[in-house]
Amino acid sequence: MKKIILTVTLLASTFGAFAEQVNIYSYRQPFLIEPILEKFTEKTGIKTNIVFAKSGLVERLQREGKFSPADIVLTSNFASLLQLEDAGLTQKIQSDEINQNIPAQFRDDNWVALTKRARAIYSAKTLGDKSDINYEDLASEDYNGQICTRSGKHPYNLGLVSSMIAHHGEAKTLAWLTGVKDNLARRPQGNDRAQVKAIKEGLCTISLGNSYYLGKMLTDENQKVWADAVNINFPNQNNRGTHVNVSGVVLTKYSKNQQSALALIEFLTQDTAQSMYASVNYEYPVKEGVELSDLVASWGEFKVDGIAIREAAKYRSDALRLLDQVKFDL
Amino acid sequence: MSLTKVVKHPWQIGSLLIVAIMLAPILALMLTALESSEGIFAQLADTVLVTYISNSLLMLFGVCALSLLIGLPLAWLVAMCQFPGKRFFSWALVLPLAMPAYIVAYIYSDFFDYAGPVQIWLRDIFGWQHADEYWFFDIRSIPGACVVLALVLYPYVYLFLRSAFSQNNLGQIQASRLLGDSPWQSFWRISVPQTRGIIVASLALVGMETLADFATMHYFAINTMTTAVYDTWLGYYSLPAAAKLSILMLAMIFLLLAIEKRQRINKQNYAHNDNFNTREMYHLTGWRAGLATGFATLVIFAGFILPMLVLCGFIVDYHDQVWNQDFITYGSKSLIIALLAATCCVFIAMVINFGLRQSQQNTSLNQHWTQQFPGQFASMGYALPGTVLAIGVIIPMTSIELWSNEILEQWFGWQPGLFLTGTTFAIIFAYVVRFCAIPIGSVQESMHKISPHLDQASRSMGRGFTSTAFRIHVPLLKRILLTSGLLVFIESMKELPAALLLRPFGFETLATYVYQYVSDEQLEQASLAALSIVILGLVPLLIVNRMSQQSVRHAKSTNNERASPTNDVAAQ
Repeated sequence: MKKIILTVTLLASTFGAFAEQVNIYSYRQPFLIEPILEKFTEKTGIKTNIVFAKSGLVERLQREGKFSPADIVLTSNFASLLQLEDAGLTQKIQSDEINQNIPAQFRDDNWVALTKRARAIYSAKTLGDKSDINYEDLASEDYNGQICTRSGKHPYNLGLVSSMIAHHGEAKTLAWLTGVKDNLARRPQGNDRAQVKAIKEGLCTISLGNSYYLGKMLTDENQKVWADAVNINFPNQNNRGTHVNVSGVVLTKYSKNQQSALALIEFLTQDTAQSMYASVNYEYPVKEGVELSDLVASWGEFKVDGIAIREAAKYRSDALRLLDQVKFDL
Repeated sequence: MSLTKVVKHPWQIGSLLIVAIMLAPILALMLTALESSEGIFAQLADTVLVTYISNSLLMLFGVCALSLLIGLPLAWLVAMCQFPGKRFFSWALVLPLAMPAYIVAYIYSDFFDYAGPVQIWLRDIFGWQHADEYWFFDIRSIPGACVVLALVLYPYVYLFLRSAFSQNNLGQIQASRLLGDSPWQSFWRISVPQTRGIIVASLALVGMETLADFATMHYFAINTMTTAVYDTWLGYYSLPAAAKLSILMLAMIFLLLAIEKRQRINKQNYAHNDNFNTREMYHLTGWRAGLATGFATLVIFAGFILPMLVLCGFIVDYHDQVWNQDFITYGSKSLIIALLAATCCVFIAMVINFGLRQSQQNTSLNQHWTQQFPGQFASMGYALPGTVLAIGVIIPMTSIELWSNEILEQWFGWQPGLFLTGTTFAIIFAYVVRFCAIPIGSVQESMHKISPHLDQASRSMGRGFTSTAFRIHVPLLKRILLTSGLLVFIESMKELPAALLLRPFGFETLATYVYQYVSDEQLEQASLAALSIVILGLVPLLIVNRMSQQSVRHAKSTNNERASPTNDVAAQ
């Protein structure tokens, strides 16, 4: 018995013995990023290891302190980037290449955004052209019983509500949320894709969803019919622009493989990786001038809400409180 | 009576030591809970907390009641009656236990949703256009979630009660029948009271599993106390507030169990020798037989066959994407970890229960709080949401690691690094803390039935307690130890949140592999891996089932030979 434990323990702990490698804590599903990481290993010979979890990685990193094996953390939304920075778990990412590749709006000393994900509004094709729709319109009586969405507390919706508070203040956002809740066709449930499916089935006509889900559905034989039932709209084009969330990366404070880790972050900001994000995951590259895949390009260009990421993130806990106040998910 | 007088026996000291280690994660959470949580509670209390609590309670009672409604009649039918298909049902009814709840939940919520295949099919047939034109139950509701959870959890009730009913004292049942009770009356007056302890023990497992569940509730879009734990932690970034809520939940469960225990005190019922039902009591015919067979068929269909069919459908649809060459590695890792966890759990259950036995024998006090508490405390981990438990495991472990690194550095100039959390040790420990409740509870129930006279006889022949334990108790408990160990094994194969957060680099189990797709609502892509979890769980499950049936037969045959009165204990 003891022997078995010892062997397992040894096997697990000797795993860290390779020379060139990067250890990744990831909030993003490995299957989404593996093709890009494989390209990186192919190019540099540096091996990558991933531990993926949906929650708790920040706490794990924090408790591991200086012994942490993790070199970088990949996140799926900006709130996590800021949480890692605020908890003092990151270090400065110093690289001229990264500074050149990524516009200032999408990086800070301690984090780099890698992709943009627009919070789009999907509308049933039967509604006709809705390209001039605004987030504010979702509270309008025109859409009574017509709206489907995932949980209000999901980071993507939370980000949107935070940005509403940043633009309109708390009182107006509360009124807006109340209006949206009244318009819901059903209790918030499922993910963004499930809402499009509900539109296809005629349960609702409008849904909130990240842009890349459309690409994923269009390329899945069984789900294409759902995607074919909707138009993707980038809201607020005639005013402040569409709310975008970002996925991103930080370099951990106690990274043991700094050189390799930095090389990976740089690679992720280069044309190859950036265009792969678009072609494999249908996300928007952060680097300017990177060629989009035909599918992503076909959704057209759109104006992005220019509010600073940190500015919108400030209102996160207020957004949560308002969502609870209107009992959005209940 | 002072503490030192009660706690002086080696097994008891051993069990206290184990409990101290097992409680470390919970104590760590309690300490975290003491930190300030800056008014988040007040905010929650003002808005959604009441709904969360009432949803949790509704789920708790709903799932327990339904599990009982499904498990108890089926256990009784299989143990006491003859009806068509009984031999098949007696083993097939345990199958749903091999299905991870999050997979069944995913399949059901997807299948019966408005946009799911069933309702689409109905709309096609009847030409309905919109939700307003017809009524269909809302799968994403509390009743929907209760049914689905009960469908995967009832086997606990069934498995424990089936062997209990088989060992029901037949003489008492016959007596009650002779005194004019109908079969129903004798069921209520004799069978149920005799098995009350086991009913509670199995429902406690079901209830704790329900309260701790997050993934399932998430698919069903039901907000419970566990949702509040996650909201406060991941939304408001307040681990202290989340810890407070978790501790509150634990306290509630602890209280419920304590009340029940108190009521049961001194009602111990040691098994006696007499007549086991060597044959079925009732031979069902006509509509009764039809009802029995129909009910059992329905339960197996809903709990196992339907989800399996859907999974297989996914595999066919996505056959080119579901295979992964690393499956064998993932599977073997799942197996090794689950095996280690099961072994540790069984060992701990033995130490704790021997400690209890020893203290009961050696004191005039039959029920001192110090005697009961190791078992109860060591079982608490089952009710914690997996991720919260994982954080609870990380906190004390990293403290030990930092501390020992400092010392070793000072003395030897050597730093071992993360020798606990950086290895699979952390996962195994978390599984043990979480699943120990299963063997501890069931061994305790069996232990109760070993008459103290046996111990006394052994001692009068000069055997010490430890020798008695290994020569008398262990052989009698052999089957229950193995059975409960295998149940831990099955649960560990399915376990997700703790494995996800605690695993070292390069460590993937089948469950964690499936989760990366399930978390993106693409179970289809991982359907083959999901099926593998079920199939790997089936083997030990069928062994559990076989053993628990054999033990009953064994008890019956030895009983017929008028052999030792205690062979029966080994069952359940």
